[in-house]
Amino acid sequence: MSRKSVRAPAADPWLHQFAVLTALATLGLIVIGGLVTSHGVGMAVPDWPNTYGYNMFLFPISKWVGGIFYEHSHRLMATFVGLLTTALALWLWARETKGKYRLLGIGAILFVFALMGARVFPVYMTLACAAPLAIGFSFYKVRQTPGQLRWLGIVAFAAVILQGVLGGLRVVWLKDEIGVIHATLAQLFFSLMCATALMTGKWWQSWRSVDDGHQDNDAAQNQAWLRPRWLLPATTLLLLVQLVLGAAMRHQHAGLAIPDFPLAYGKVWPAMDSVSVGQYNQQRVEITAWKPITGLQVGLQMVHRLMALLICIAIGFCAWSARQLPDRKNPIARLTLFWFGLIVTQAFLGAVTIWSNKAADIATAHVLIGAVSLALGIIINMISFRGAVWSPKIAAQNLSSSSTFSPRPSAAPGYSLQ
Amino acid sequence: MKIAISVLVTVGVALMQNANAGDISGTVTLKGTPPPEQPNTMIKADATCGKLHPEPVTTHFYVVGENKGLGDVFIMLKGATGKGDGASAPPVVLDQKGCEYKPYIFAVQTNQKIVVKNSDPVMHNVHPVPAQTAAGNKEVNQAQMQGAPDLTFSFPAPEVFLKFTCNVHPWMFAYACVVGHPYFAVTDKDGKYTIKNVPDGKYTIEVYHRKAAPLSAPMTGEVSVSGNVTKDFTLEAK
Repeated sequence: MSRKSVRAPAADPWLHQFAVLTALATLGLIVIGGLVTSHGVGMAVPDWPNTYGYNMFLFPISKWVGGIFYEHSHRLMATFVGLLTTALALWLWARETKGKYRLLGIGAILFVFALMGARVFPVYMTLACAAPLAIGFSFYKVRQTPGQLRWLGIVAFAAVILQGVLGGLRVVWLKDEIGVIHATLAQLFFSLMCATALMTGKWWQSWRSVDDGHQDNDAAQNQAWLRPRWLLPATTLLLLVQLVLGAAMRHQHAGLAIPDFPLAYGKVWPAMDSVSVGQYNQQRVEITAWKPITGLQVGLQMVHRLMALLICIAIGFCAWSARQLPDRKNPIARLTLFWFGLIVTQAFLGAVTIWSNKAADIATAHVLIGAVSLALGIIINMISFRGAVWSPKIAAQNLSSSSTFSPRPSAAPGYSLQ
Repeated sequence: MKIAISVLVTVGVALMQNANAGDISGTVTLKGTPPPEQPNTMIKADATCGKLHPEPVTTHFYVVGENKGLGDVFIMLKGATGKGDGASAPPVVLDQKGCEYKPYIFAVQTNQKIVVKNSDPVMHNVHPVPAQTAAGNKEVNQAQMQGAPDLTFSFPAPEVFLKFTCNVHPWMFAYACVVGHPYFAVTDKDGKYTIKNVPDGKYTIEVYHRKAAPLSAPMTGEVSVSGNVTKDFTLEAK
């Protein structure tokens, strides 16, 4: 623990609820972002940070027509999430520090926040360049201060700045590639917010107390781990890769590269040579201004399909494996089962996206469930890494006694037991 | 006196050039039955644009007129040169009317001005998305409010089917065919075209249509120009 910081106080229900609100707002932002790309209106507002020359907060509602409605709503919602994230970072910092260290941190956050408010392009660029460094340093500090969340708040604060600037640059630099990074970071940011919400809750903290007082650590770890041990992290990583693939497909702005399912252009594996792709483009009936598809995009969708199958099998195996744990009522067993249900729903939504010719609401639901699936995967990993076995009776005892959360200095990485 | 002589020389050269040039004209017809056009439900659902269209709106990939003449076909001489670039040519007008770009297919010379109007009671953005960015064609995205002044674009590199979009109304798109010489045409609604003042000689003609003869598979034909000639083409519905 840092000399200048204070011990993390007991769980604060207000903080937890605020973190949950931030996570939910982020999910809402992802949904609106999904609607923007699903409707193909990401460029409906050609300027940034202004909106058609107006300060974005003063843009008249009468002008929110067509695709502008989605894009401008996305920008406003992003601002709201940025505000919530800033407040959360301040809150986390203030509760875990004292004295000059507290003032310094709060001052720094407010200073950067004020810089963002200046709405000047060079300042945005400078902050966006500094954000990855801040994220890397903060993650280092997260490892240095296990059980405390203030540096995780700084990670979120830097990430939300980077994400906002990336969104703006995608518009003014007209680069689809930035859109892919923007979409991927959105998914990771949502997972971070869910993780923060989880770790600010009594449930998580009481669980730690269970570990501290009542469990044999090795035995607990052995009981919490799925077999093989790499299964959960590898499955979650697959899911992240799948979301990146999905983002790459969406941000090509080419519509459906393959219009049929389960076959692909009537075959198990479609032809991808230039003549065949030319014919695919010839046969398409574009109502919106999609770009022509390419062989690469056809290949991307095929890989996305195969990955979906692989992920369904992997998560199904996780759920089965969790059922083999000694206590079937442990949260890992329940959560992996829910995870499996979620991923089956996601696969079905993927199919319906194709059958509906990429209907905007269906495609957006596909984005939504994808984000929730990744966040859930990360949460299950966190619980598993903590290596504890859920015991409602002991947890209830800890909760009722309002045990003070007292993180121990730990040599173990992350949140694993010592 | 000097002025009179130079005028006479200029007129003489022009007459001699015309004496060794002719028009290529003809008709492009469609063979087979095109797939049905799809209804554009998005435009009808839009609060402002829907009111501008009391009638149903559909896609218009196949514009078929009299005697199966096929409109919106782009025709150009392959590899022709001459007559500088299009900077001095009269501008081509692309209008936004009824929340649609009109015309859907048009052709310009390199550096020829494209004047984009907004005749609608709603704002648009004009967003050309060239493929030949490395060759100098720039992607830009410009707002155009209702009643705003016209916007002007030009492209320095040849490019067939350079797409103009409006992201406020994602169903709006049109294609500019940018050519490095002045010998090109787009068929009218009855499939007729004329390429004017083509110098005598042998040429390869390339024929493009968004669906029946796309970029990846244009139709080609040979023509020998010695005065006015006629050259017809037949494309097959895919």
